[in-house]
Amino acid sequence: MSARIDQTATGFDFGLAKRNASLEASGVKAPNATKTGTTIVGLIFKDGLVLGADTRATAGSIVADKNCEKIHYIAPNMYCCGAGTAADTEYTTNMISSQMALHNMSTGRESRVVTAMTLLKQYLFRYQGHISAALVLGGYDVTGPHLYTIYPHGSTDKLPYVTMGSGSLAAMSVFESRWRPDMERQEAIDMVKDAIEAGIFNDLGSGSNVDVCVIEKGKVDYLRNYAKPNERVQKEQSYKFARGTTAVIKTSIRDLVTVTEDTAMDITA
Amino acid sequence: MVGKNCVAIASDTRLGAQAMTVDMNFPKIFPMTDHTMIGLAGLATDVLTLRDQFKYKVKMYHLKEDRVMAPRTLAHVVSSTLYEKRFGPYFVEPIVAGLDPRTHEPFICCTDTIGCIDFAKDFVVVGNATENLYGMCEGLWEPNLEPEDLFETISQALLNAVDRNALAGWGAVVHVITPERVITRNLKARCD
Amino acid sequence: MDMLATNPAVHPTSTAKQAAFSPYADHGGTNLAIAGADYCILASDTRQSSGYNINTRFAPKTFKLSDKSVLATAGCQPDCNMVVTRVKHSMKGYKYTHNKEMSTPAIAQMLSIMLYQKRFFPYYDFNILGGLDEEGKGCVFCYDAVGSYERVPCNAYGSASALIQPFLDNQVRNKNQQGKEKVTEFDPVARLSIDEAMRIVKDAFTSATERDIYTGDFLQIFIVTSAGVEEQLHPLKRD
Repeated sequence: MSARIDQTATGFDFGLAKRNASLEASGVKAPNATKTGTTIVGLIFKDGLVLGADTRATAGSIVADKNCEKIHYIAPNMYCCGAGTAADTEYTTNMISSQMALHNMSTGRESRVVTAMTLLKQYLFRYQGHISAALVLGGYDVTGPHLYTIYPHGSTDKLPYVTMGSGSLAAMSVFESRWRPDMERQEAIDMVKDAIEAGIFNDLGSGSNVDVCVIEKGKVDYLRNYAKPNERVQKEQSYKFARGTTAVIKTSIRDLVTVTEDTAMDITA
Repeated sequence: MVGKNCVAIASDTRLGAQAMTVDMNFPKIFPMTDHTMIGLAGLATDVLTLRDQFKYKVKMYHLKEDRVMAPRTLAHVVSSTLYEKRFGPYFVEPIVAGLDPRTHEPFICCTDTIGCIDFAKDFVVVGNATENLYGMCEGLWEPNLEPEDLFETISQALLNAVDRNALAGWGAVVHVITPERVITRNLKARCD
Repeated sequence: MDMLATNPAVHPTSTAKQAAFSPYADHGGTNLAIAGADYCILASDTRQSSGYNINTRFAPKTFKLSDKSVLATAGCQPDCNMVVTRVKHSMKGYKYTHNKEMSTPAIAQMLSIMLYQKRFFPYYDFNILGGLDEEGKGCVFCYDAVGSYERVPCNAYGSASALIQPFLDNQVRNKNQQGKEKVTEFDPVARLSIDEAMRIVKDAFTSATERDIYTGDFLQIFIVTSAGVEEQLHPLKRD
């Protein structure tokens, strides 16, 4: 590994891959990455489309984050829900978002959903599924509303209603029984909420709250924590300890000098 | 852990190669700026490498920008440093805890080994005894604890959690960061 | 997606396969027990799951054995059921032979033998037996899968045991707290009033439900006192 930190180099660094393989062979086990075992959905209604996501991130059987954001910004008229390895969905959408911003600046036109979809699928295909991001991409451009699913290997679907993640079956059961073309806005939001809640309650990988994002022509409503069906109840008692409960061996205090108006030098005299 | 206008960060002090304890006084929490600390749990060689790398980046930022790095900024530095090695990761899970240098707003977060940030308003845990720590923190933590109460809560959470984990313990160190001072305490803990 | 992952060079029917025998399954769930001076509390959630699926939201895995003893089981559901059935059966035999109810410590010893008899094909079942002993004191016995057991003041078993156990150490046994009397291994009864213990039990489960995906739905609490066994049911989060 080069000792110098080269801040201009881009892309992934495989420098530690060999070392880690030999470490793992000798019995060191790597801590596992945070996954979003997720329910994410999207559907098209009369004037646009609605995206939805739950907010649980898991590490194994433990909930790592109870209120994470899974609907990522791509462009002013476009958002993307992510399932899979949390870091991958975060960074993949982030990178495509900046590419879209550059593209938007160089062409001076509003971004098209198909452009983002193509960039995403090409990027994911290049890594042959090793970047585990399963995405639901939705946006409204000059050609109307579009909804895509993008799989980790780079294949894509274009459908009027989609679900992804471990809760996809629970959510799809709601869509399959109730979705119809040209729904009203509120009806669409309610259906997305019901689909996500189906995932939250019936899939253990999904949980906590419902995030919703409504995209219409020239207008986006990001409804963070649209529904909170799982707030914790009040605890039975406080577990505050009496001061001095913990045995301390040594205390050291570092005072940070903060200059405020009061401590400024007195020059009146 | 977040308290009222303060944050606390704590770790045990054991360094071990699997079941064999190598060092009983191994620091895992490092100051980055006056009001920000970073805790690194995992492979010791990576802990040291990343400590130096983050220190370098924080200092370079200070020189280039002529301002102190905010903990939220540091969190993103940590995240991108780790994600760069997505396919050959550092075996390290970091915690960033601090107060914003201007507003003194408390901030904590942790990331996994490949840089997925978990922003939390209450507490974050990483390392060996995560399950034990989640149970303790979820039970003991409450909002708006004063610095001294926060110290007791985080200490009790850590001590009781590591006592139920064979690979952690052997002493503990707790830092409480307030706008005025940083209070560091070494705790008496079971050494078995 | 799976089509892409499989190797097209190897046709699925052309290779020999051996059917694997895997008789065990983990159905999740958590139990906990606290023994007091004149009471014993056993609590468990009622979610039964496999993988990311919830099989049922109400599958009790803690059972009243007599007016003085309750058995909590966690692990593989059919194994748990079998253990409970066999214990109940043997208790009946004991009653018909000796014309008295089996005491909790006697059940504890019997259960240990029952589990060790299956030493090389064990039940996937982690038991906590709780109740009152012959003196009327609360008692909790916890077991491993093959019958090793000990009497403890409090214990947690199951998918969220790692979350709850240190909390009980701290709040029930006063560990790591200066100026508070410890509950040691030689004093197997907690110094809590029944109300304090109930509050800790409920908070332990709401905390575990927050972070463990296999724990949730309902909390079933059995309170054993000299008056008999009282059963309570409380809702937990369902996500």
